[in-house]
Amino acid sequence: MSGHSLGEGDPKTLRAMLWRTVPVWVALIALALSSCALAYVPMGGFNMAVSLAIAAAKMVLVGVFFMHLRRPDPLLRLSGGAWLLWIGFLLAMVFADQATRAPISQPAHTENASQRPTDPAGMPSF
Amino acid sequence: MSGGGEALREPWESLRRQREAAGFGMWLFLNSEALLFGGLITAFFATRFFHLEAFQAAGREAEVVYGTVNTLVLLTSSLTMAVASHATRAELRRLSFWSLGLTLALGLVFLGLKIMEWRSDLEKNMFPGPGFPMEQPGAALFWGFYWVLTSLHGLHMIGGLGTVGFLTWEAARGKRPLRSPAFEAAGLYWHLIDVVWIFLYPLIYLQGRTSS
Repeated sequence: MSGHSLGEGDPKTLRAMLWRTVPVWVALIALALSSCALAYVPMGGFNMAVSLAIAAAKMVLVGVFFMHLRRPDPLLRLSGGAWLLWIGFLLAMVFADQATRAPISQPAHTENASQRPTDPAGMPSF
Repeated sequence: MSGGGEALREPWESLRRQREAAGFGMWLFLNSEALLFGGLITAFFATRFFHLEAFQAAGREAEVVYGTVNTLVLLTSSLTMAVASHATRAELRRLSFWSLGLTLALGLVFLGLKIMEWRSDLEKNMFPGPGFPMEQPGAALFWGFYWVLTSLHGLHMIGGLGTVGFLTWEAARGKRPLRSPAFEAAGLYWHLIDVVWIFLYPLIYLQGRTSS
């Protein structure tokens, strides 16, 4: 043991490695299957929200346990989380715009394709 | 020590520093990847906001069995990659090659299933343009996103297979020591491919399944 590696408590045997990783995999598979099953359960408008919440939980599991963010290294933790801030700005700006824009400048939320003009290729024109 | 020369390279004074630098560099790259896919996924939701019913109807046409099986395959490949990352660091040679080989095999299975799925989609004419079978304009937008997102993800998969394959080949030829931080960095990239898919799965395959 040189002590020259990040995460000095890293597993050295197959058994220790499986013990470290297989439970995470079991949780990931269980979450994937449950998100598939829940997609068929009517939940009003919340199906997509539930699937996305499960996806976020899976991302956290992969990030923390497989991508080593569990290791106490501030540099890697910061760089591993920085994108959250940028994506946060992106989402906030885009959806603030969409939620507050006057309806007149947006297409109708319900669609009736037969009333829309199409170009010669059969594609709807916007 | 396994053969294949020194893991420590210039200009680092310790393998610990080198490992941290490799992880940091890879994380910076992964941040740009997160913004690439995050931007596309934001565009997906921004469009879905205006075409909710069409997106749900279009999503029902996606091949949920292929999507789900591929999700399980990719999650399992993340397990083998995580084991490979530990095994290379601990210099367990046989376990390293087994886990890297399994990761590559699962990646190939993923791509193979993906190609079968694309073929089935094309047989149903699900490519926006002439002959596209769905009337609602939003459905063509959904399938536009489908092709962009899945093919971009597929390209990343090919990149991941190439990187992990190359490192494994180098290690097998004795040109790269197992202690090299490159394995862990390649592992980070592999897990990112998995995380992107974790989000594409509900977007594409679980859309509008409650109403038929």
